[in-house]
Amino acid sequence: MDTMLELGAPVIVAKDLRKRYGDVEAVRGVDLAVGTGETFGFLGPNGAGKTTTISILCTLLSPSSGAAAVAGFDVVSQRLEVRRRIGLVFQEPTLDEYLTAEENLRFHAELYGVPKPETAPRVEQVLRMVGLWERRAHVVSTFSGGMKRRLEIARGLLHSPRVLFLDEPTVGLDPQTRAHIWNYIEELKEREAVTIFLTTHYMDEAEHCDRIAIIDGGQIAALDTPEALKANVGQDRVEIRTADDDAAIATLGDRFGLEASVAEGAVRVYVPHGAEFVPTLFAELGVPILSVNVAAPTLDDVFMAYTGRTIRDAEATSTERLGSSPFMRRRRR
Amino acid sequence: MSTTAIEIAPVRLAGGGWRDDWRTVRVVWKRELIRFRRNRIRIVTSLAQPILFLFVLGTGLSSLVGTSRSSGIDYRTFVFPGVLTMTVLFTATFSAVSIVWDREFGFLREMLVAPARRGAIIVGKAVGGATVATMQGCIMLALAGLVHIPYSIPLFVVLIFEMALAAFMLTAFGLMLASGIQQVESFQVVVQFFVMPMFFLAGALFPLAGLPVWLSILTRLDPLAYAVDPMRRAVFLAVGVPPAAMHALVPGISWFGWRVPTALEVLIVGVLGVTLTVIAAFRFAKTE
Repeated sequence: MDTMLELGAPVIVAKDLRKRYGDVEAVRGVDLAVGTGETFGFLGPNGAGKTTTISILCTLLSPSSGAAAVAGFDVVSQRLEVRRRIGLVFQEPTLDEYLTAEENLRFHAELYGVPKPETAPRVEQVLRMVGLWERRAHVVSTFSGGMKRRLEIARGLLHSPRVLFLDEPTVGLDPQTRAHIWNYIEELKEREAVTIFLTTHYMDEAEHCDRIAIIDGGQIAALDTPEALKANVGQDRVEIRTADDDAAIATLGDRFGLEASVAEGAVRVYVPHGAEFVPTLFAELGVPILSVNVAAPTLDDVFMAYTGRTIRDAEATSTERLGSSPFMRRRRR
Repeated sequence: MSTTAIEIAPVRLAGGGWRDDWRTVRVVWKRELIRFRRNRIRIVTSLAQPILFLFVLGTGLSSLVGTSRSSGIDYRTFVFPGVLTMTVLFTATFSAVSIVWDREFGFLREMLVAPARRGAIIVGKAVGGATVATMQGCIMLALAGLVHIPYSIPLFVVLIFEMALAAFMLTAFGLMLASGIQQVESFQVVVQFFVMPMFFLAGALFPLAGLPVWLSILTRLDPLAYAVDPMRRAVFLAVGVPPAAMHALVPGISWFGWRVPTALEVLIVGVLGVTLTVIAAFRFAKTE
């Protein structure tokens, strides 16, 4: 973790964090240090232990073993101190829909002990930041999904937290709204000296982070900047659709010495120079090729390289082991 | 990465101790009031049932019961304190259910992750629910004149105080039940098991006199009975009922032949309210 040297003093530290639910160990020894001012992303499929880890850091769950500190306070023994210094935006809305945007924020301000004279200007400031000042007197039930999420981000910032935790901040939103949310987050980083800790299973979202931890099966598989992670993979991805995948995989192994796999319905190999490899492939594979795709490494490939599967395949096979976490209660209608 | 801290006038949080708890109670209480005010339909619909009981059931039964014996007491006058209790009972229970709704729709989490003690949140919820239920009871109380009850200030002060106390006890009771429940659906089942029996056994609709033993035991175990009795006594005193009728219609609650004094009845309701709040707070602190 040599990148730590460039960062401010760590504001989140976790040591060998573990969480067990009955027979299932959802988090299996997570070590972390997140520097002040950093945007840190937890990337992994649903069920990988992201939400459980973030719940522990937010003092919502106690770890089965290990320790963690946020802003210098222990997440178990100094809960209230931690809570005063963090802002939270959950996967699911936690707004009071009967109240107006402003009332929701005022409720929060009072609950967190923001001094009276500072409340009004601060409420205005955060509402303007997320572009909801004009809608302040509207009842939240009239808001769109994106507006609600923005309001929650504003609320998370209201008490000037040291760390803002965002659990899947854009899940369930359309691409445009997601882009907007990210604009707000970027702007926020410039305006407020706040550390952002987020979880996501969107690769493109992870690109916004200063550093990423790839988490799979309750453990951190890799931790570095997005660039460094991609550079480590160092190879292009070549995907082919063939008439006979098994034969193609066998040939790729025998003749080219490449370890191929099937991911999302295509045979996938990693080679240093993908475009130059394709003509050879056509000449020597001996299996009809239906289509071919060459791509420079993405975080998806990084995930693949470290975990042996794509994040979407991982999603499809993951068990919902987070069912017992308080974060994960699905909203039913 | 730039490490220059951008100062944007961060707010400083006030800190520590009972002031935090007091603030928490106040803000949760305030939210209950805002929600009550905003939900006009709820105010109207939850008056429908008590009004139905008072004027339809009350009028219908009064022709059956007759103007009660020599006393000249209208059945509707008799049942009025019961109907007030009913209003308070339903509203208070509904307020307690709202915490299950809050859980279902996430807002409870906003409260539970705040740097506030859970006990304070529950107290705020209990006091808030009690206030809302008392206000609803006051709306019913305004109809007193229609059932021959005088608009006298001392009587109203007593009745509002009794309603507030009962409301607090009932909200706390609902919260205690709600603390163990995750889903709105299952809460409604539990409520049906408690709310209707509590209402019927409280002596809201009939005097607690001359009952078979099994029924009189059950009524003594119903905490709501200790709220209805003082209210009816106050109403009858204000209306001016002959002692014989008083004795027949408001016999009071007795334990092994000893009549429980009104002050003790009031105390029972109050102490029970506090106890249930404490239990609810502990259970909520444990669940999440």
